[in-house]
Amino acid sequence: MKVNGVERPPTVDARRLLSDHLRHDLGLTGTHVGCEHGVCGCCTILFDGEPVRSCLMLAVQAEGHEVTTIEGLAPPGSALHPVQQAFHECHGLQCGFCTPGFVMSVVGLLREHPNPTPEQVEEGIAGNLCRCTGYASIRRAVHRAVELTR
Amino acid sequence: MKPPPFEYHAPASVDEACALLASLEDAKVLAGGQSLVPLLNFRLARPAHLVDINRIADLDRIYERDGGIAVQALARMAAVEDSELVARVCPLLGLGVRLVAHRVIRNRGTVCGNLAHADPASELPAVLLALRGHVVARSKGGTRIIPASDLFTSVMQTTLAPNELLVEAWFPASTGKYAIAEESRRHGDFALAGAVRYGDQLALFGVAPTPVLADPRQPTRGLQPTGDLEATPEFRLHLVQVLTERLFAA
Repeated sequence: MKVNGVERPPTVDARRLLSDHLRHDLGLTGTHVGCEHGVCGCCTILFDGEPVRSCLMLAVQAEGHEVTTIEGLAPPGSALHPVQQAFHECHGLQCGFCTPGFVMSVVGLLREHPNPTPEQVEEGIAGNLCRCTGYASIRRAVHRAVELTR
Repeated sequence: MKPPPFEYHAPASVDEACALLASLEDAKVLAGGQSLVPLLNFRLARPAHLVDINRIADLDRIYERDGGIAVQALARMAAVEDSELVARVCPLLGLGVRLVAHRVIRNRGTVCGNLAHADPASELPAVLLALRGHVVARSKGGTRIIPASDLFTSVMQTTLAPNELLVEAWFPASTGKYAIAEESRRHGDFALAGAVRYGDQLALFGVAPTPVLADPRQPTRGLQPTGDLEATPEFRLHLVQVLTERLFAA
């Protein structure tokens, strides 16, 4: 599988979740693991460009596919990705645990809807939980990301 | 929470998948995985074998057939949601799919997997039932059509045999009056109770071990919903009454 543009060797164990493979085998700990049953959204990654839950996929299923994690959005030392920049500007994070999942969901949302309606923004982030309940700033960050992406 | 050990199989064709299902003991089919993988992670399901059908080519079509819409086993819910064909021929299916979980889940989850999983609180089994649709099951021995009314037997139980693969679901065109309504505690959650109207038909979900057809004039008759932390049986009956009245007021 290709992770953030780099071809990676296949996983050994079929029951290895993609989320655990990214974190434990590849050291990409930016993908967070919260609930492991698809509710919290923290482990959201891009699978062939579409946001999906990495805790609800087996790593073997990603063979031959492209995976993008939060680490792949902007190379180290370079400018932040517009969605990351928007979260930074709008204080769209408090403890930061949910942030990678939110950012990846929003990247997917804006690819699909470059000019989302407020309803599409609500729908787009509805599958991610922020237990600091910082939703107002997160919502603002999505709208800011739209401006920065233009 | 990690999946228990299993042997993994990734067949490249429907025939190969059916041959595996015929020869393996205690095998589960893995499609979108949005219901099965949580069960594996919680170790509520411990199949000896997983037959992953995601490597099968040309099994993700959404097409028109026999005056309705056929949705193949690997068609993701997001694709059904975005399909112009579905919007034109069977808009009720489109409405139902939008109520399932969240978009990120629908990017991976499949309509056929949702039906095979047969969660009694899920929308799509009730939509299939209200429309009098069917599913197509393939096995090494041949093909079998199972009408919605014969598919669901109990909580997460269907008449699909262990050696059968649900290859396609068929939803008749929704030409009559149609609507779906549900009540849930949080956006994207399973419904506490829900109702689907198609013409004079009413199908309910979340209030019995399977989706059920009901009389729109007496929708709660004979129902004995369970209670849990989120809703008492009485509240579920109340919701059925109110949702039905709303659907049939239009």
